[in-house]
Amino acid sequence: MLSEALFALFLTATLMLAGCKREERQLRPSPQASQVINEAQVSGLNPGANPLPGPPTPTIYEESAYAVSEGKRLFNQYNCSGCHAHGGGGIGPPLMDNYWIYGSQPENIFATIVQGRPNGMPSFRNRIPEFQVWEIVAYVRSLSGLLPSDVAPSRSDELHVKPPEQSMPKQTPVGITGAPEPSK
Amino acid sequence: MTLARLHSGLALLAQFTGEHNSLHPAGPQASGIEWLYWVVFWITFAAFVLVVAGFTRAAVRNRSSTSEMLPLVRDLEGDRRASWAVGTAVFITVLTLFAVLFMSIITGKKVEGLTSKNPVTIQITGHQWWWEAVYPNTQADQTITTANEIHVPVGKPVVILTNSADVIHSFWAPSVHGKRDLLPGYSSAFWIQIDKPGTYAGRCAEFCGLQHAHMGFSIVAEDQDTFQRWEAQQLKPAVEPNSSETVRGRQVFLTHACVMCHTIRGTDAGSRMGPDLTHVGSRRMIAAETLPNTPGALAAWIIDPQRSKPGNKMAPNLLNPGDLGALVTYLGTLQ
Ligand code: HEC
Ligand code: HEC
Ligand SMILES: [Cu+2]
Repeated sequence: MLSEALFALFLTATLMLAGCKREERQLRPSPQASQVINEAQVSGLNPGANPLPGPPTPTIYEESAYAVSEGKRLFNQYNCSGCHAHGGGGIGPPLMDNYWIYGSQPENIFATIVQGRPNGMPSFRNRIPEFQVWEIVAYVRSLSGLLPSDVAPSRSDELHVKPPEQSMPKQTPVGITGAPEPSK
Repeated sequence: MTLARLHSGLALLAQFTGEHNSLHPAGPQASGIEWLYWVVFWITFAAFVLVVAGFTRAAVRNRSSTSEMLPLVRDLEGDRRASWAVGTAVFITVLTLFAVLFMSIITGKKVEGLTSKNPVTIQITGHQWWWEAVYPNTQADQTITTANEIHVPVGKPVVILTNSADVIHSFWAPSVHGKRDLLPGYSSAFWIQIDKPGTYAGRCAEFCGLQHAHMGFSIVAEDQDTFQRWEAQQLKPAVEPNSSETVRGRQVFLTHACVMCHTIRGTDAGSRMGPDLTHVGSRRMIAAETLPNTPGALAAWIIDPQRSKPGNKMAPNLLNPGDLGALVTYLGTLQ
């Protein structure tokens, strides 16, 4: 009796595992997602609370451990780390804290990367395909614990200078941000 | 006599396994490894024949029906002989194993034993899923950077330095040398020498992820003059476009994602995440020996690299046919 119940439990667990989005790998992104973002910028300034009206945020990137780890790889290889270090900041502001100048929502960060920001954040318009931008967005959000810990990367290849993204406590974003300020 | 014939017959059989073959040594190290292979082969073959012969003899000689009980006999003389036989067999086995160990060490020493005052040095870095080959020089503009197709002079010792950019790979060209692992963050070095001119195939021999099976390379061994001509050619910056088509091709390259990952020396593209394309037109194959370097294959690769190598680190590029044609023409001129 007990062993049957255990078996049933095991079976359900196995089936649930198969449905786990975390392990989904999209190796061939759709043509639309492969596009480099190229639409004209409307104005030079884009305050954080007004994200681009662009494509709806595809949540698949924030649910897949593979996409986030690709984002982590690209964050280094596209040299975001040259200005933002491994999240601690340098020439650019830290990305592992809870303070956001231009918003913490995926759309805000997407706009930051594609359009650039006036105080020294270069624009990657025409340079990074859309699906990779979303992967980087997901990774940037994992830096301050905004992603579920089962998809956030669990270790780094380089010398550990901070806890892995997976162990970052979830922080409540503050600043001039698209997300509501925490009520006091 | 018959043994010699059997040997050459086996070697002939081995020919049908294609160019990737450790029984076709092209240099002293691979010859040493091949010699060891055949020694071990014949020793184990002899042991096999002896064992089968022994079994056959025992099976043929003492045939008694199972219904009669075997008589219990005390045969002291027989026991003594049996202990001798077993003791000798164990002794010979241990001796043979030591002999093989000894020969293996000797071969290992021979394989490592090349030296040269001023060898050609090649830094090989494994990437998921291609090989970066740099011919280092103290002067930056005398440094050659290429991918997947490694040129060496024939009959000269060459130093290969190894490292990896991501995970463990293994550099294996069976006609040239045994497997050498490429470990991230750990540099090591070994010597190779190729005595017969030709192109030798190599593969990654350590599972390294999705496209491990499509991580090939080739070593082109050529005479000193041809090698030096190749070197001189590779040292030049990229060919300047000389027609409106190729000017457009370069423009397409420089205004799309390509510059985030590739270098073309002499232009603004300077990223080392993917293969250096300064002389991509001179290579026989692209994408780590996956596709031939023809305009058609190149165009297909640029539009959808995930089709022939799913999971590889190059992103698809949606280009209109005019741009794509110009880009492919331009890349073809980069000899
Ligand atoms: C040349 C240095 C540089 C590089 C390279 C760079 N950044 Fe920035 N980044 C900055 C600076 C400076 C700012 C602050 C801009 C401002 O305040 O207007 C910034 C701002 C940001 C912000 C907004 C932070 C906030 O608080 O709202 C994000 C997100 C960001 N960068 C992500 C990236 C990513 C991802 C990459 C790589 C694709 C990258 N950056 C590459 C310099 C850089
Ligand atoms: C995201 C990074 C990235 C982008 C963007 C990119 N590539 Fe690549 N490219 C790579 C990588 C990585 C490889 C090696 C793939 C492999 O063999 O596994 C490669 C291989 C190639 C090769 C084959 C080179 C060889 O010798 O094997 C060519 C040609 C090439 N890319 C052209 C282009 C062109 C043209 C563009 C722009 C339209 C482009 N690439 C955009 C990363 C990129
Ligand atoms: Cu491999």
